[in-house]
Amino acid sequence: MKKWNRRQWMVLLMMISLFLLILVTGGGLAFEEAAGATDFSRRNLAPCVEYPFGTDFMGRDMFRRTVTGLSVSIRLGLLTAGVSAVIAFFLGLGAAVLGKGADALISGVIDLVMGIPHILLLILISVACGKGFWGVVIGISLTHWTSLARLIRGEVLQLKESNYIKIASRLGHGKLKVAFAHMTPHLLPQFITGLVLMFPHAILHEASITFLGFGLSPEEPAIGVILSESMQYLVMGRWWLALFPGLLLAGVVLLFHFLGQGLLLLLDPEQAHS
Amino acid sequence: MKTAAWVGKQALRMVILLAAVTAAVFFLLSVSPIDPLTTNVGQTALGSMSPEQVEKLREYWGVDVPPLTRFLSWAKDFLRGDMGVSLLYRRPVAEVIGERFFSSVWLMGSAWILSGVLGFLLGILAGRKRGGAADRLVTGYCLITASTPAFWVAMVLLMVFAVWLKWLPNGFAVPIGVAAADVTLGERIRHMILPALTLSLTGISNVAMHTREKLAEVMESDYVLYARARGESELSILLRHGLRNVALPALTLQFAAISEIFGGSVLVEQVFSYPGLGQAAVTAGLGSDVPLLMGITVITAALVFGGNTIANILYGLIDPRMRRRRGK
Repeated sequence: MKKWNRRQWMVLLMMISLFLLILVTGGGLAFEEAAGATDFSRRNLAPCVEYPFGTDFMGRDMFRRTVTGLSVSIRLGLLTAGVSAVIAFFLGLGAAVLGKGADALISGVIDLVMGIPHILLLILISVACGKGFWGVVIGISLTHWTSLARLIRGEVLQLKESNYIKIASRLGHGKLKVAFAHMTPHLLPQFITGLVLMFPHAILHEASITFLGFGLSPEEPAIGVILSESMQYLVMGRWWLALFPGLLLAGVVLLFHFLGQGLLLLLDPEQAHS
Repeated sequence: MKTAAWVGKQALRMVILLAAVTAAVFFLLSVSPIDPLTTNVGQTALGSMSPEQVEKLREYWGVDVPPLTRFLSWAKDFLRGDMGVSLLYRRPVAEVIGERFFSSVWLMGSAWILSGVLGFLLGILAGRKRGGAADRLVTGYCLITASTPAFWVAMVLLMVFAVWLKWLPNGFAVPIGVAAADVTLGERIRHMILPALTLSLTGISNVAMHTREKLAEVMESDYVLYARARGESELSILLRHGLRNVALPALTLQFAAISEIFGGSVLVEQVFSYPGLGQAAVTAGLGSDVPLLMGITVITAALVFGGNTIANILYGLIDPRMRRRRGK
């Protein structure tokens, strides 16, 4: 058998990651009903064959709740990271193309957003939106675009010096046409990689803010809610309530990370041949 | 002279940014649809009150004052050192923050130093030889801590060391039921170990990965190859060519990481019920205590911008390349 090279291994790893993520998302959707089902005859069971993650004080199956929570997290992560990446793309492009004034303004806004710790800013936005679901979505969408915007701005500034862009402007193409027709294709690989690498952050912050009590409502089977509930039972030694959901959350974040690294390796020509 | 003007410009920039953050956050909070009365008094209690009582409470929480007037009067008092009165604690905000800040600063400070030193050492260990065993171990560790939520790490440490092994207390900054004056320094430190450990463990990855990348670059450079050819020992190369190049970026990165340490401390303090600034921020946010939330935000932003400005200035003053560029 022929030996595989790095790129082929990466594709395999990405396929497996993607498959697992889809499995978790789909599984969560399928478990949605069963996750909330209470049964007081099976309260506080430690992990066993039938309930691999144990059950909680209301007799809910922790495995099903965890998978549903992760599925909520993944879907929320897709939504918020998507919005955030689009904001980053346009602001990054705008800062570099629209002239000095716009650049100073956008750079100032980036510094502003970066000046407040993420978690604190999420708390502030959540309070401003009246807490709940939209507070989280708007908060995460509005806080995660900064580093990608900076990256894209830097890239565009470099592109502006390249000959093909200079020729395009000399030929009389407008600024917008140059930006979209000639710069965007060049930026796409970085944009997509940045988008995928944003998921882990979005998911972790969603879990954190929900854990603190600002995000999704306590009835929702979100991973942050599950972990914040388990806090009360830690001292009683019910370790399974906290251990497994956290492990799976870290696993999902890692899968997204592998996906992003893989994309980076495949799409960035400099890295692909190293 | 040029340098002094440049440092002054950096400081001025920081002040402007801080003022902008303050104004932005104030208006962000003023659009909040949350009614402070229903959150803190409760729907049923509010219903059973007389209109005069409700009116009094509305005045107390400042419900009817327009945001711009509120901001101007708040800013004027703030500049005079009066941060207002916390609506939840019913004490001056400056007093609450001062107290919280004192316990937080030890926690964050020790975690900041510990994570910086450990991260730097691990980064050197990994970057010395890209792809070696140490590199794989460190990179793997950083990847795992970067993907694990800080509050969950705190919970796991709590389960292992406080609940299961019973080596360390499971929360708070001082033992329960002991008068404040009787608490010994040792007790305080014992209560700080777990939160500080959590913050350090999760804060390492950034500095470590950055140092590794920079050092690996240096070790693969032509001048290191030449040094090897001259017969310099590995240790001497590391100390004379490696460290000199990576120490400054690591230092600036660590100053810029204050924001992350604070973010982590919010979560970790919540898990350990540690009475610090982060926990106060969560309480203020959940209870819509706007004066306290504003105070904490301004203090935190000042810390973060301060760290960033120090990083910028350090870089500009110490790095000869930056110095020369400024001189042009």
